[in-house]
Amino acid sequence: MVSRNQLELTPYEADRQVTKRQKSVKYKLLLSKLLKSKTGLLGLLIVLALFFVAIFAPFISPYNPNEINTAKLLTPPAWSAGGSFEHILGTDNLGRDILSRIIYGSRISIIVGIMSVIVAGTIGVFFGLVAGYFGGIIDNLVMRLVDAFLAVPTILFCLVFLTVLNPGLTTLILVIGVTSWVMYARLVRGETLSLREREYVKAARTMGVSNFKIITRHILPNVTSSIIVISTLSIAGTIITESSLSFLGLGIQPPTISWGIMLSEGREYLATSWWLATFPGIAITMTVLGIIFLGEWLRDVLDPKSQGMKS
Amino acid sequence: MPPFLFQDTFKLNGEDSMLKYFAFRVMQIPLVLLIISFLIFILVYIAGDPVAMMLSADASPQEIQQFREALGFDRPFHVQFGHYIMNVIIGDFGASYQYGVSALSLVLDRLPATIELATASMIIAIAIAIPLGVISAVRPNTLIDSIATGLSAIGKAVPNFWLGIMLILIFAVNLKVMPVSGTGSWKHIVLPAITLGTAMSAEITRLVRSNMIEILQQDYIRTAKSKGQKSLVIIFKHAFRNSLVPVITITLLQMASLVGGSFITEMIFSWPGVGQLIIQAVYEKDLPIIQAAVFVTAIIILLMNLLTDILYRVLDPRIKYN
Repeated sequence: MVSRNQLELTPYEADRQVTKRQKSVKYKLLLSKLLKSKTGLLGLLIVLALFFVAIFAPFISPYNPNEINTAKLLTPPAWSAGGSFEHILGTDNLGRDILSRIIYGSRISIIVGIMSVIVAGTIGVFFGLVAGYFGGIIDNLVMRLVDAFLAVPTILFCLVFLTVLNPGLTTLILVIGVTSWVMYARLVRGETLSLREREYVKAARTMGVSNFKIITRHILPNVTSSIIVISTLSIAGTIITESSLSFLGLGIQPPTISWGIMLSEGREYLATSWWLATFPGIAITMTVLGIIFLGEWLRDVLDPKSQGMKS
Repeated sequence: MPPFLFQDTFKLNGEDSMLKYFAFRVMQIPLVLLIISFLIFILVYIAGDPVAMMLSADASPQEIQQFREALGFDRPFHVQFGHYIMNVIIGDFGASYQYGVSALSLVLDRLPATIELATASMIIAIAIAIPLGVISAVRPNTLIDSIATGLSAIGKAVPNFWLGIMLILIFAVNLKVMPVSGTGSWKHIVLPAITLGTAMSAEITRLVRSNMIEILQQDYIRTAKSKGQKSLVIIFKHAFRNSLVPVITITLLQMASLVGGSFITEMIFSWPGVGQLIIQAVYEKDLPIIQAAVFVTAIIILLMNLLTDILYRVLDPRIKYN
């Protein structure tokens, strides 16, 4: 039965209503799929927990993470001999509470992870769209640039940048972003190549719609789900790169807390105090695992075509 | 490789298209290297000349000027770039600021150790990945499969420098069965190779598993089963051998990236390879070494990619060229 109300709508509005309803069905479907996938749910829970910890760090962290306590140097974690529940994960060489430092360290991982993915994504999506849409010489140039970036491992490229730039948060975000855009460019270029041959794009071109509008209105929305999937997955890699560079002393600089810095400090005390280097590493592994689980689940749901494609 | 294999490939795809394709690929290598050198040059140029970083903070302006002229940093952009490219072509990246000898020879001296480590890591990765992948493909959705899949997910997520530190903690500090770092005996290579091999094996396990699952559903496997063929023969002779092509390619590609990606592991274990040299060079702002290392790495990766591509197409003649 068609209600009277619906008859009065213009075809455009009716269309909109249908899409809206389809969208809400789509979200419900998404939710039910999430509840079915154990790893996807686990990933989502880990990522939510990570955000919660990072945002509410001042409220949940038991101590000030930079507070030096010379009376309690290198206290072991609560469950080992000599440990106490005052410092559940123990203290470091300056008597700082390790749990509090891990809680605050999550902030840097999230900030660098997300910001560098935004930088990389913006550069990569731009180059991918332009190369795929215009083709010809532009495509050729972009693809040779892609080849050049692919021939040098990301972390080596980062090291080249960090030799000539001063380390710090902004540098790190830019460096990781600028060196890891290639993935996005290849993906978006490939999809644009096929999208630009579609009927509706050709129709728009015949009607005289500008290239800019075709790219932003007709092509970009159709690559968004792939971009979301690949961005999520690459946050994981970015977090590892950040902690590696900070571990080397070339990334985040103290007193800012990064899990990578905690690891490199803990490495000095490996022979006597194992907990210093162990817990930050577990934090990184858990975080990365959660993001990978979430990303792979998103890929299966949003982008079934690319199943099995490597990030 | 027996010559008839090549002939087959030619017949199936047309000799012309294959040769053209590879000629195109080979010609790309110098072009890519040129782009890399341009990128690095621009980066160093924009970041300001490295002279100020190399001299101590209390160097006088005259000293800085003299040093800059000696290194040619006072000349205009295109002259510097032209000079730089000419030197790169003959393999001259200048003398290392730290050691005063040719940067390229320093890097090449360290290369065998890195390749040795990469090879050992690859062997470990394959030794873990193939049994794990095959078992989980043969018994999908069982406990064994879940454990294997879980392990490979963790292997992918563990940052390798942390894994290295944990291995040192367990096997060198606590159990004292392995040396902490350095070189000398076969024992020294075990921990760094496991460190690098783990992430690699995670990727290969997944690939072996998904390939095997796909192949085990093919008609010819069902035929073999209905013939009453033993399941071990089916798994290894019929299925596994056919799943090898992509596994070989991924393994080779991963090994190539290991040559340029084992910095931190080399540093943690004091392994005297290229990675350790590069990290030292970054701390000392030793640009010639870094430039030489980037080039050597890029050449290795480009050649390995080409080799993998050729091998892939020779092993699987169904691939088309375009």
